Amino acid sequence: MLNVKNLNVWFGLVPDRVNAVKNVEFNVTAGESFGLVGESGSGKSTILRAIAGLIPTWSGDITVDGKALKTDRRDRAFFKTVQMVFQDPYASLHPRHSVDAVLAETLRLQGMDNIDSRITKLLDDVGLGKGFRFRYPHQLSGGQRQRVAIARALAAEPRLLLLDEPTSALDVSVQAEILNLLADLRGEHGLTYVMVSHDLSVVGHMCDRLAVMQHGRIVEVMSVDALRSGAGEQEYTRHLITASGGYQPA
Amino acid sequence: MTDAPLLSVRDLRVTFPTRQGSFQAVRGVSFDLGRERLGVVGESGSGKSMTGRAILGLVRPPGQVAATSMTLEGESILNLSDRQMRKIRGGRISMVMQDPKFSLNPVMTVGQQIIEAYRLHAKAPRAAARQKALEMLQAVQIRDPERVMNAYPHEVSGGMGQRIMIAMMLAPDPRILIADEPTSALDVSVRTEVLNIMDRLVRDRGMGLIFVSHDLNLVARFCDRVLIMYAGRIVETLAAKDLHNAQHPYTRGLLSSLPRLEAPMERLPVLQRQDSWRDGETLMPHADTDLPGGL
Amino acid sequence: MSNTLSRRDWLLSDAPQTRRQARLGAIYQGWLTFRANKLAMVGLIILVLLIGMAIFAPWIAPQNPYAQDLGSRLQPPSAAHWLGTDGLGRDIMSRLIHGSRITLFIVGTVALIAPIIGLFIGTVAGFAGGWVDQVLMRITDIFLAFPKLILALAFVAALGPSIGNAVLALALTAWPPYARLARAETLTIRHADFIAAARLQGAGRLRLLIGHIWPLCVSSLIVRVALDMAGIILSAAGLGFLGLGAQPPMPEWGAMISDGRTYILDFWWVAAMPGLAIFTVSIAFNLLGDGLRDVLDPKGDKS
Repeated sequence: MLNVKNLNVWFGLVPDRVNAVKNVEFNVTAGESFGLVGESGSGKSTILRAIAGLIPTWSGDITVDGKALKTDRRDRAFFKTVQMVFQDPYASLHPRHSVDAVLAETLRLQGMDNIDSRITKLLDDVGLGKGFRFRYPHQLSGGQRQRVAIARALAAEPRLLLLDEPTSALDVSVQAEILNLLADLRGEHGLTYVMVSHDLSVVGHMCDRLAVMQHGRIVEVMSVDALRSGAGEQEYTRHLITASGGYQPA
Repeated sequence: MTDAPLLSVRDLRVTFPTRQGSFQAVRGVSFDLGRERLGVVGESGSGKSMTGRAILGLVRPPGQVAATSMTLEGESILNLSDRQMRKIRGGRISMVMQDPKFSLNPVMTVGQQIIEAYRLHAKAPRAAARQKALEMLQAVQIRDPERVMNAYPHEVSGGMGQRIMIAMMLAPDPRILIADEPTSALDVSVRTEVLNIMDRLVRDRGMGLIFVSHDLNLVARFCDRVLIMYAGRIVETLAAKDLHNAQHPYTRGLLSSLPRLEAPMERLPVLQRQDSWRDGETLMPHADTDLPGGL
Repeated sequence: MSNTLSRRDWLLSDAPQTRRQARLGAIYQGWLTFRANKLAMVGLIILVLLIGMAIFAPWIAPQNPYAQDLGSRLQPPSAAHWLGTDGLGRDIMSRLIHGSRITLFIVGTVALIAPIIGLFIGTVAGFAGGWVDQVLMRITDIFLAFPKLILALAFVAALGPSIGNAVLALALTAWPPYARLARAETLTIRHADFIAAARLQGAGRLRLLIGHIWPLCVSSLIVRVALDMAGIILSAAGLGFLGLGAQPPMPEWGAMISDGRTYILDFWWVAAMPGLAIFTVSIAFNLLGDGLRDVLDPKGDKS
């Protein structure tokens, strides 16, 4: 479904150029849920944004569904295949657009018909129901906003969903709801996930395989079972697993 | 080990007027703080941060703070004037905020800020204040304090920034430290270091620590005693080591909704909120932990 | 709908059932915020009165604003002439009432043209970036480099003095600050996640600009315009005073002050009355702008 090879992403021009992602390589098969884990600044979100076409400064090969991507342009077919859910639901919804406006615009842009009934269906799918259709973002809680963002991503009926820390801005009880919703949707729609998170337990819950990142490089790719048994090959992975186990008094 | 509590709060209420009537963010919170690490846990909107702010007199109008009593080492700190409150804040009670990026002044060097903060309360000469600042930076395990003193906030990392904040807050030797999500902006590996530093300082100086956090596991391991807040009230108080045997359905629901690496499951249990939690009794299964000599 | 729900509850509902309810609710919320600002309400009332005065001028004005009566020139305020008469014996009150039409015309036109030019240039510059931004902003800087009134004077001098040209000159000199403001706003919005999300739906640049960026810039522009209104009125009056705006015998307020200048020591009311009118309207716009800021400024609604 998604192949990434020799991916380099940088910001800025030569004297101040920052190489955020260096020679990254991974493959995600259709139907799989793949995690990208690392600390802040490790380049994990940058990879997602480069795939989505939000960062033009990259080199290497990204292939989605057998088609190689061009550096800065993405065509309609791409947007119908790949969609993204952002980290902060407070920043990813336009403050002056109602839920109805957001979804209607998205559906229209994706060239869908029966917009009215599709909106109802989308809201049902993400567990919001009709009562939320005409609300503005400020009338929604964080979890509800994230559900709207997920509905927006699903509107195009994509097959690959890029999830950029979709629950890190939410309370744990809401996180559980959203993670369940994402798991259900994956089952119903046969979606492929690439999920970025700093939280190993969230990735452990959601994903089949994961890549551990440090300083823009992939340290290792491992299965979730290996993660659970704490069997990282690299020292950094083991360190991350220990640290995420919670606070150990010195 | 200790006798009177450092801080005693009775029936604290914080009210905000809204169009639909007044909204109580904190609804009758009572607790005592000894020389211990007290965790305050809850979801966003539970009033946990507002409780810390109310103690420090940092609730901005139109918000209103009321309580039957609020005493710091036996003295009332309720409804003090701004000037009196400023002396207490930073002097006897200090606060560490979530993100050091927003609490450090970007145009002053780190050293200047620590010296300033210290002199504001201690009235010490500049040279002595500088000495103190260096000591404090060493105390938070900054290897090269001279260099850090001359650095600007944007030149230091997040973990370093948070350590600097702690150094600044601890310089005037406060009795109580209120830490509002001090590690949520930090990576896990840095987090442990910062917590260790805080822990040791609190222990060595016999301070009281109020640790506001949304992270149950962290609080369970780091604190001595935990208050769990829901909708502006304390629903349960228990010793941190017993957190995983909590009685209140809310606490249990929160704990079970966390995904766990070692125990994989198909679906996460979802918290079913109940209206009765809003006004139910506070659960205190271990009354003896009410004021433990934890340290 | 049902009678159990009062209209207020219906409007303030957190779960509107229809698009119309949601929109009306948002407007009502804004109105409540605005109403809480007493001074802004004073400003609004003054402006409503002004508009009413302009619409019904011929019926309200006690006399013909152009009717000269040299026999009773320079009369102090009295029962016959509430605000006195000017150097040609015209009733000052009638002239002020008719003059409100001209004032509103000037203010309204400038307020329509300048922010729209500014919004367009600023958002395009901020959103496109690169050389487009450079070119547009340097043009803006050139306009900003001249004092506003001087530039307006130059325009009017070139186009010939008339009220229409004065308005045009004011509008052409007033847009640069709006362009700067709109550009600054655009720069903060353009990297927001909701813009990225819309791009991922395949939204084109034009759609992002008009549908997503404009609505967020417009509110701060409206506030700024309301606050600048006083300055525009004064500039218009200034042009009138210099004889480059409205031409006699039009009862434009600035021109009226200019007429009164000759008599200012002995017959104060001739200049003072229109001055008072300009002052009142300027203050009213300022107060209104303050109230609008409470309502529209997104930074303000975090309560």
